[in-house]
Amino acid sequence: MTPETTTAIVADGVLSAGGQDSVGTFEHRKGGETSDIMPPDAATPQPPPLPPRRLPSPIRPSAFGAQDVLILVAAAMSSLCLVWVVFYQLTSLSGGVGFLVCWYVGFVVLTWIATAQVIERQVATDRVVAVIVVSAALLIVAIVVFIVLWVCYKAIPSIHWGSLFTKDQKSFVVTDPHALDQVGVVHAIIGTFEQVLVAVLIGVPFAVATAVYLNEVKGWGVKTVRTVVTAMSGTPSVVAGIFIYSMLILTHVLTYSGFAASLALVVILLPSVTRVVEEVLRVVPSGLREASLALGAPEWRTVWSVVLPTARSGVVTAVLLGIARIVGETAPLLFTAFGSQVMNWKGYFNHDQGALPLVIFSDVRQAQPVLINLAFQAAFVLMAIVLVLFVLARIFSRPKGKNGKRRKARPDDDDLMARMFVPIPIEQNEETR
Amino acid sequence: MTIDLEPSTARPERTVPAPLVITRDYSTPDRIYRAGVRISGAGVFLLLVVIGFFLAWSGYPAFQQAGWKFFTRSGFQTLGAHPTFGVLASIVGTVEVAVVAMLVGAPIAIATALFLSEYAPLKTRRTLIAMIDLAAAIPSIIFGLWAVFELQPNVVGFSTWLSRHLDFIPFFKVVSPPLNASIFIAGLVVGIMIVPIVASICREVFSLAPAGEREAALALGASRWQMIRTVVLPFGRGGMVGAVMLGLGRALEETIAVSIILGGSFTVTAHILQHGGSTISQLIAINFGSGGKLGLQDLLLCGFVLFILTLVINLAASAIVNNSRSGAGVDL
Repeated sequence: MTPETTTAIVADGVLSAGGQDSVGTFEHRKGGETSDIMPPDAATPQPPPLPPRRLPSPIRPSAFGAQDVLILVAAAMSSLCLVWVVFYQLTSLSGGVGFLVCWYVGFVVLTWIATAQVIERQVATDRVVAVIVVSAALLIVAIVVFIVLWVCYKAIPSIHWGSLFTKDQKSFVVTDPHALDQVGVVHAIIGTFEQVLVAVLIGVPFAVATAVYLNEVKGWGVKTVRTVVTAMSGTPSVVAGIFIYSMLILTHVLTYSGFAASLALVVILLPSVTRVVEEVLRVVPSGLREASLALGAPEWRTVWSVVLPTARSGVVTAVLLGIARIVGETAPLLFTAFGSQVMNWKGYFNHDQGALPLVIFSDVRQAQPVLINLAFQAAFVLMAIVLVLFVLARIFSRPKGKNGKRRKARPDDDDLMARMFVPIPIEQNEETR
Repeated sequence: MTIDLEPSTARPERTVPAPLVITRDYSTPDRIYRAGVRISGAGVFLLLVVIGFFLAWSGYPAFQQAGWKFFTRSGFQTLGAHPTFGVLASIVGTVEVAVVAMLVGAPIAIATALFLSEYAPLKTRRTLIAMIDLAAAIPSIIFGLWAVFELQPNVVGFSTWLSRHLDFIPFFKVVSPPLNASIFIAGLVVGIMIVPIVASICREVFSLAPAGEREAALALGASRWQMIRTVVLPFGRGGMVGAVMLGLGRALEETIAVSIILGGSFTVTAHILQHGGSTISQLIAINFGSGGKLGLQDLLLCGFVLFILTLVINLAASAIVNNSRSGAGVDL
């Protein structure tokens, strides 16, 4: 490389990496020993041209053709036969679950061996991991679908629609084959409704105010309160129940009542909803707040008329999921509502009350088939309520766009229900999305 | 070009206006609003303190009665002249249920999260996430019902087989025969229940693995699994640990599903396949109202123990998740 070219490059400001110069530089860096990258005009004599080497055809682990399907099917079948012979014939296993587990292990191992034989070992590992990962997800989906359908299957054939929603459990004749049309769960539905309604009326304003404090007002206490909210959302539900019991019922402030149950449910509802609402408030663009403040609106007006309406759909989602969570809580009700066989919607403040989860919990352990059937029917009603809330929450989780239609779903706003149960901290530094 | 460095003395002296002092003079409604939300923030804080205080205060008489033997004894015999009660078997049972649940649930959850973040086609991903999220929405009592009526009859055969052929492992040994209502079955159900929770956090952590490194690995010829092993899992390690700990906190507190299944006994045992066993929350839920005044205090004390246990685990876990999300602990 001559001094002239160097100056020229610097003067032009071009850092080109082509031509003989760069080859020379490269060679220089490598110490000049690598003769095979010498330019062809070098003085060394040309080696005789090698015969064209046949490259092996590339293996693409992601390619999935007829051969791969065949391997999977073959592995599944041979595992089935192998497990059947070894475990049923030789070691006398019983039970569907055990057979399934052993078959699955055999299937995975055989898939690996077959793929390693036919294609390649690295492909075999890749394939086996894909099989495991897919089957784990399918297993959970299958269990969920199975549970939903199973509850319907157990409940629906024996339901007497006329009595289920109109009668309570006060009295029935055990020996009567038609005893099921003398009982229903209306007392529990009304009880659950009252308890959840009041819990929401108390808990949601409290939760929203706390979220506003954490995200809009701020101050020296925010970090502590945020940690407390995080800690509280992992509070065991049974602890929420005995806490209300020890504080209010043991001290004779309240008796066993629906109201005490509502308070226990508030303890569970409050932190979950606070966390989700805070996350929703966080994504409200700060330009909106600043515009409102710059126009002279006071802070409370800004929050009330700008921030909260912008976050409305998120808040509604949080509330719906919160309801879906507390409506099925059983443990706190054991110590607060206590459960009752009869309809007493008037006794909300001073009398023990029934609730759907309590009906399931107490009736399923009874001896009479009537009551066990009733427990399944209560489970069916509870499941239907939860499903409706879940679907509504998913609809509301997508806010309406400018054209009045709900925006398309994002992949990351879909598992909010799982977030109602665990104290996942809210990121503090940056915007979450 | 010359610059006059000497300031010209001829210029008239400018009077600098006094800087505008911005005072935060809130109007009365604003003051009320700020005070209001502050009070609710303080209320949440107070609530946590009050929960701890009331449980400890009302459970303390039981602790006075039993002393530190509360933690080394087992049983719920609170009536009569010589009450003996303790929480040891229940703590051991709680841990056993949680361990079984984690062994079953955590691998499934991590695999599910990997599937959702790396494998699932975009079109089906949303539906699948909804289905798995639905598992979190199903009330635990319905999980319990399902476990008693459907899972248990099928698992007992498996338990029998384990106890017959693998009884050299102490956990699989069975001393007293019935194999239903066991810690193993309870752990199995709780393991399924925690899957959506752990999977949800793991999925988020996995999706934060940087795209550049993923593409670099793939460009170097890594298969999908090699890319996951070298990029996604190392990046998500901290988050995975935190997620599993959050699942553990959930597994420790699960009450109703466990109460429906477990047989309930107060012997400290490692034989998880046989009938019996108890957990703290099951002890509280089942024995409530049956042990007189002292029994009640005993249960409240148990509640306090559970409360502190889950509080510590959840705080530690969420700190781990938070750290891993901000990128700390990742070497590049």
